[in-house]
Amino acid sequence: MAPPQPKGSFKVADTVVGANPDPHAAGEDPNRRDFIHIAAAVAAVGAAGGLAWPFIDQMNPAGDTLALASVEFDLTKVELGQQVTIKWRGKPLFIRRRTGKEIAAAIADDKAALRDPQTDEERHKPGKAEWLILVGTCTHLGCVPTFGGGDFGGWFCPCHGSHYDTSGRIRKGPAPKNLAVPEYTFLSDTKVKVG
Amino acid sequence: MSGHSNYEPKTGFERWLDVRLPVVRLAYDSMVDFPTPKNLNYWWTFGGILAVCLVIQIVTGVVLAMHYVPHVDYAFNSVERIMRDVNYGWLVRYMHANGASMFFIAVYAHIFRGLYYGSYKAPREVLWILGCVIYLLMMATAFMGYVLPWGQMSFHGAVVITNLFGAIPVVGPSITTWLWGGFAVDNPTLNRFFSLHYLLPFMIAGVVVLHIWALHVPGNNNPAGVEVKSKADTVPFHPYYTVKDGFAIALFMVMFACFVFFNPNALGDAVNYVKGNPLVTPAHIVPEWYFLPFYAILRAIPDKLGGVIAMFGAIAMLFALPWLDTSKVKSMRYRPAAKLYFLIFVVACFVLGICGGQLPDNQVIPGLSTFTLIDADLNSMVWLSRVATLYFFAYFLIVMPVLGLTETPLPQPESISEPVLSHPANAPAGAAASPEKRG
Repeated sequence: MAPPQPKGSFKVADTVVGANPDPHAAGEDPNRRDFIHIAAAVAAVGAAGGLAWPFIDQMNPAGDTLALASVEFDLTKVELGQQVTIKWRGKPLFIRRRTGKEIAAAIADDKAALRDPQTDEERHKPGKAEWLILVGTCTHLGCVPTFGGGDFGGWFCPCHGSHYDTSGRIRKGPAPKNLAVPEYTFLSDTKVKVG
Repeated sequence: MSGHSNYEPKTGFERWLDVRLPVVRLAYDSMVDFPTPKNLNYWWTFGGILAVCLVIQIVTGVVLAMHYVPHVDYAFNSVERIMRDVNYGWLVRYMHANGASMFFIAVYAHIFRGLYYGSYKAPREVLWILGCVIYLLMMATAFMGYVLPWGQMSFHGAVVITNLFGAIPVVGPSITTWLWGGFAVDNPTLNRFFSLHYLLPFMIAGVVVLHIWALHVPGNNNPAGVEVKSKADTVPFHPYYTVKDGFAIALFMVMFACFVFFNPNALGDAVNYVKGNPLVTPAHIVPEWYFLPFYAILRAIPDKLGGVIAMFGAIAMLFALPWLDTSKVKSMRYRPAAKLYFLIFVVACFVLGICGGQLPDNQVIPGLSTFTLIDADLNSMVWLSRVATLYFFAYFLIVMPVLGLTETPLPQPESISEPVLSHPANAPAGAAASPEKRG
C-alpha cells in the first residue's frame, strides 16, 4: 500500500507505514542501506574481536610468572659424576657433572646412528664439557627420566622405555628428540643462569 | 514460546532438527517473529541491556575466578595480582566491578519503567514477581561479590550485613554464627561467599529464562498500557526491536566504557584498597551506591529489629505491588494524579540514596541548627531519611490502593495504533494532504 506521491510541495518520506520499497527493485546495487548493514556488521565483528583478545590473553603467563622464569644455580653443589635436579618453570632441570669417561663415551657416539643427530659439542657450552644442563622431561610424553639408567648410561625413562646417552641424546625407545638444552649462560665458573 | 508459530524450516537440516529439538523454532518465535507492540519507547530497551549485563558479569567473573584465591591470607593480594600481573586483568576486573554498577543502573531503570507504565498489573503479576526475585538474587550476588576482594569495606560490609540477621529474635545469634561458619566473619565466610557468588548468577540466568517466558505469554506491556488488540498493533521483534535494542545497548556500552577506561574507581570506595583488618573499622562505612536507599531506611528506624524489618519490607512492597495498586489503568500517561505521586516517589528514592551515603547527623541545610526531635536535630540526614522512608511506604500502602479507587483517569486510547493513525501527521496521504486544513 505504498501511498501515491502527493500533489503539492512536500514529499512523503519513505518511512511512512507501508512505504518500504525493495531497495534492489530499481537495480541500484549496492545502495546506501547495504552500506549501513555492512558497516554495522563490520563494527560489531571488530568490537567482538577486539574484546575477545583480552579474554584469551589473560590465560597466558602473567607478569609475575614471567618474572620468575629464570633461575641462578651454584655449580659447586654438584659432585663429579652426579646430577642435581632443580625446578625451573615448573619442570625438572638436570644439572649433570660428567666424568671424563662419560664425556669420552658421548664424543665416541657422535658418529653413531642417531635419531636426532647432534654432536656432544653442540650440547654443552664451549670448553664446559663437564657440565650438561638439560630439561628433565622425556621428549616422548613428558615423564622424568631416571639418572644413570638405560643401555647408554645416560637416562632411562620409566614411562615408555626411552634410553638417552650421556649427552642426553635419544638412542632407543619411542621418544623423537634429544633431551632439550635450555637457554643458559655461565655467570662465572661456578654459577649459571638458566632462562 | 507460546501461541501460534509461523516458523517454516527452510533447509533439510532444520526440518530434521525441528521434529527432534525445535530450538530454531523457539529462537525464531521468541526473537524474530515475536509480535511486539509497535509503540515501545527506549524505556523498553533495558531488558536487552540487562541481558547483556548478565552475560558480561558471568564472562568476566569466570575469568576472574581463574586468578582469584578465596582465602583471607591471599584474597587481597590475588586481586592486586590480577590488577598488576595478569594480562588484561585490570580490564577484566574493572569491567566486572563497574559492570555490577551498570547492572544496577539498568535494573533500576527497568523497575521504574515497570512502575510508571503499570507493567506489574494483570496478566503480568508473575512476570513482575520473577523480576523481583531476580532483583533479590542480584543484591545477594553483588553483596557477596563485594566481600571477595577482602578490603576494609569488603570485610566490614560483610560484618554489618551478616549482623542484620542477628536482629531476629531468639534464633538471630545462631543464624549469624551459621552464616559465618565461626564466631566472626573469617575464612569460612569468605569461602562460602565465593562459592555462592559463583552460583547465584547462574540461578539469575535461570530465573531470567522464566522471566522471558512469562513475558512471552501475555506479550509486552507498552507505553499506552492498553493490550494488543490486533496485528495492526504489533511489529515483528526482528528487525524493529533487535535494531532498537541494539542501538540502546551500544549507547549503554559507551557509558560503561567511559567508566571502565576513564574513571574505573568513581563508583567504588578508596578504603577498599586497604586490606581487610578485623581489628579496625573504617571511620565512614557505606555500602555500594545501589544499596544506599535501603541503608538509609535501615538507619532511619531507631531500633535494630525495626530497621531490619523496614529494610526488607521495602523490597517486600515490590512483591505485593500488583495487589496494592487498585487502578485498572496501566499507564500513568492516563493517570495525572498518579504521575505526580510517582514523581515524588522517584525523588524520595533519590533522597534516600543521598541520605544513605551521609552520616546520620550530617546537616541537610548546612549551618542551620533547629531543635532536637526525639533523638536527632530536625535538620539532619536521619530526619530527612525518615520523611523519605515514610513516603516510600505510604506510596505503596496508601497512595496505590486509595488513588486507584478515587482518581479520574484520562480516557485511554481504543488501541495501540488508534492514537498513531488518528494523528494528523500520520493519516493516509490523501487525508494528510487535505488542503482545507492546511491554510
